[in-house]
Amino acid sequence: MRITGHPVLQFSRGKKIKFYFEGEEIEGYAGETIAAALHAAGVKDYHYSPKLNRPRGFFCAIGNCSSCLMEVDGQPNVRVCTEQVSEGMKVRRQHNKGVLKP
Amino acid sequence: MKNREIAVIGGGPAGLTAALYASRMGAEVTLLERHSIAGGQLVKQTHKFFGSQKQYAATRGIDIPQYLLEEIERQGVEILLDANVLGYYTEDGVLGYEKDKKFHVLKPERIIVGTGATENVLPFANNDLPGIYGAGAVQTLMNEYGIVPGNKALMVGAGNIGLIISYQLMQAGVEVKEIIVRGPIIRGYGVHASKVRRMGVPINTCCTVKSAHGNTCLEKVTTINLTENREPIPGTEREVDVDLLCISTGLSPLTELLWQAGCQMEYVAELGGHVPLRDKNMRTSQESIFVAGDASGIEEASMAMVEGMLAGLCAARDFGYDDGMFNELHYDAIMQLNELRSGEDSEKIRKGLKECLVKEVIR
Amino acid sequence: MTLIKSGVPSRDELSTVIPPRQKLEKGPVVVVECFQEIPCNPCETACKQEAIRVPNINDLPIVDHELCNGCSLCISKCPGLAIFVIDETYSPNEVLVKIPYEFLPLPEEGDIVTALDREGKVLGDARVLKVQDGKYQDRTAVISITVAKDFSMEVRNIKVRG
Repeated sequence: MRITGHPVLQFSRGKKIKFYFEGEEIEGYAGETIAAALHAAGVKDYHYSPKLNRPRGFFCAIGNCSSCLMEVDGQPNVRVCTEQVSEGMKVRRQHNKGVLKP
Repeated sequence: MKNREIAVIGGGPAGLTAALYASRMGAEVTLLERHSIAGGQLVKQTHKFFGSQKQYAATRGIDIPQYLLEEIERQGVEILLDANVLGYYTEDGVLGYEKDKKFHVLKPERIIVGTGATENVLPFANNDLPGIYGAGAVQTLMNEYGIVPGNKALMVGAGNIGLIISYQLMQAGVEVKEIIVRGPIIRGYGVHASKVRRMGVPINTCCTVKSAHGNTCLEKVTTINLTENREPIPGTEREVDVDLLCISTGLSPLTELLWQAGCQMEYVAELGGHVPLRDKNMRTSQESIFVAGDASGIEEASMAMVEGMLAGLCAARDFGYDDGMFNELHYDAIMQLNELRSGEDSEKIRKGLKECLVKEVIR
Repeated sequence: MTLIKSGVPSRDELSTVIPPRQKLEKGPVVVVECFQEIPCNPCETACKQEAIRVPNINDLPIVDHELCNGCSLCISKCPGLAIFVIDETYSPNEVLVKIPYEFLPLPEEGDIVTALDREGKVLGDARVLKVQDGKYQDRTAVISITVAKDFSMEVRNIKVRG
């Protein structure tokens, strides 16, 4: 859910962007991170740990902890807390360690 | 290979102030910030700052970066955003950074490391469930991106960060069910605690998280009471229905660059973990490396700004730069730090600094 | 229970900041509920009457209640939102209390709101007399409420209704 009224801050959002999460179209705004847009859409589980299949999501928000890794446009291990959304981006939950493309 | 006199790593309060004073003295400065906007943690601090006018007291943290940025842009500081510094090699003075998905190099003669800190994790069963976030991370979601992070929250930790973010959660419309603290007292400022208490939020001391529960996301938390010696008391478990658990149990300095560059480091618990040895001018054991802000030890934004001022002035002076004001500003910075750290609440910091402040670093 | 254990100042702690009765009977006066020595002095900077002084930045604010005229300029400048202005002379049965408030929705003048104490417990009804939310306040609105005089040293927050 996005905040509309706030006693201190005013949120001026950029252009609306459409991207895909596991095939489903999701709305985001230019300047938002993938994590922020997914969170607004109610999605909090971003990958599942390779051995025990435990759900993992956001933790530190600034790219330090590696908890939020997802597959973006075919590339695994993307830190979605710092990666910005872009038009047509394809985001998927990651279920394994991921194989980096050359 | 681009040469530069000074590279400031980190565009938070320490880095911005370092860049300001170094450039004001006359040095050529490049500021590298890994985020898409400068300001560091300031961009999320919606509350009014403490300290004195010199440290922007009564100004909201979010309004401070613009003042600093306007000034450093006027001074001709080169600001590189989305620039992630990867390493600094003292043998040949090369700094490597990533920007626009490419690797770049820079050759600064002096660097000022203002890389800040990271939030600590708390060990308990299922602490990896989505919905369990660092308190600062919650602040980023709310105040930077305008996202409601959850509907019902439990805050762990009643230091300034835990108390302030509990308040800010309520400002964003989130219900804060309670704040729990491991120890017997509230470590944050009493005034911050009072603000949340008068909103009806209980603060339960001698209490911690035993476990978290949920399917794909957090659904509830089990707390347990502790003795004053931090031992769990069996039979005191309590369930709290929340979809957001904020962990605010301390910060650790982000010092990877300092380790990598060969600075002498020391474990100082009072300062949050491993910190570099430094002299009173914020120079580390490596002659070309200065440090400022939380990377040198966990404190407040006001200290970060004054340390940045010191580091910026002294790094510039290494080149002989002095616009005539060096002595006065240097003295002012030292006095400000002493004044800010002279109160009873800074006893821990003073103790910690004794273990890593060195008289004269190898020159 | 003291401030450091509960976040709410004890009666003893409060007694160090409550203005003398004779001043409360004269007109509006400030109550600075600041009990810890932290480096902070915007209250001193804001006060045009020099009624609040902080000689060393780590000192507690020293309030000369005689010099205070209840102008309330300090309320929105305190980063701890710890300053209130009390006017027990408002009417025979009611006290006027000014509180700092940073939540939405802001009440409107004339609204009936719920008066809360330092623990967020309900005291009763309060009427909103004035809402100051201009550039000077910088988003810390100063809300003047009238409430039963008994609550003059208790009411420190409000809950806006529906």
